[in-house]
Amino acid sequence: MDSQNASLETLQDIRRMMDRSSRFISLSGLSGVSAGMFALVGAYLAHQWIGGYYQRYNNRDGFANNDFHELKWKLAILAAVVLAGAILSAFYFTWRKASLHQLSMWDHSSKKLLINLLIPLLTGGLFVLGLLYHDEWLFVAPACLVFYGLSLVNASKYTLTDIRYMGLFEILLGLINMFYVGYSLYFWAIGFGLLHIIYGLIMWWKYDREAKSGNGMGGSA
Amino acid sequence: MNNPIGNLNKIFDSRIRLGVMSILLVNDQIDFNSLKQLLQLTDGNLASHITNLEENGFIKVHKGFVGRKTNTTYSITKAGEKAFKEHLDGLENMIKGIK
Repeated sequence: MDSQNASLETLQDIRRMMDRSSRFISLSGLSGVSAGMFALVGAYLAHQWIGGYYQRYNNRDGFANNDFHELKWKLAILAAVVLAGAILSAFYFTWRKASLHQLSMWDHSSKKLLINLLIPLLTGGLFVLGLLYHDEWLFVAPACLVFYGLSLVNASKYTLTDIRYMGLFEILLGLINMFYVGYSLYFWAIGFGLLHIIYGLIMWWKYDREAKSGNGMGGSA
Repeated sequence: MNNPIGNLNKIFDSRIRLGVMSILLVNDQIDFNSLKQLLQLTDGNLASHITNLEENGFIKVHKGFVGRKTNTTYSITKAGEKAFKEHLDGLENMIKGIK
């Protein structure tokens, strides 16, 4: 009886070490929720500004170069602010979860996660910059979604597996978006806003909630 | 009757050596500090267990440099993988046997 318990404990130890060393498990669901909120607010503002631009376009009955330039810059700055806000808030919640479990946020597993996330993500970023360089706006949103999805699928081997399904959904959205480019902002809002919030809540429900209520219960399975 | 603990490897009795082997099984290579961090150990404690595993031919030591600082990494050997898997099978049989 005793040796049975000891063997079970040993096996659980082994499993914990394997998991902890190969996967970054401190990723917080709230990170996803906060990033999604930033994306939704950003998409809403962009929608308003673009709407305003077209209203002026119609009133004036024609194209005005400086008005268009202003919109372009406003949207670019908005995108940068949204990206920075999403990343910072995501970092904050994950850092909070890591310190709650007395784990380091910058360790072997998070380095691996980051590298594998960044390879497709930076490729996508440069690809989108290339599109913008050629004044090709049409495929920016689908490209963002597809490359982000690929990044998540690639990174999912090094963190919680739920990320993999979120990545697949992003890819699917991006591919559908290719054929409905007129609705890009909506696809973008669903992919970067809604999906983040939904998956963030699912992950929070699955991992963070029980960790808070059942602390020290040894529920590491 | 065969001995129920006959398949268990004495070397893996220590939780620390067991931990090192578990980590190396799923990571191609890992450096000393990451091991230390994961197992929450002091330098001296970890070093003695690593030497033990190395002497038994279960792990390989790679000495390298990052800039001027030495960077030692470890990986599992074929023999280590085999021994550790046999140990796991032994544990599994033991749980099954007594059930």
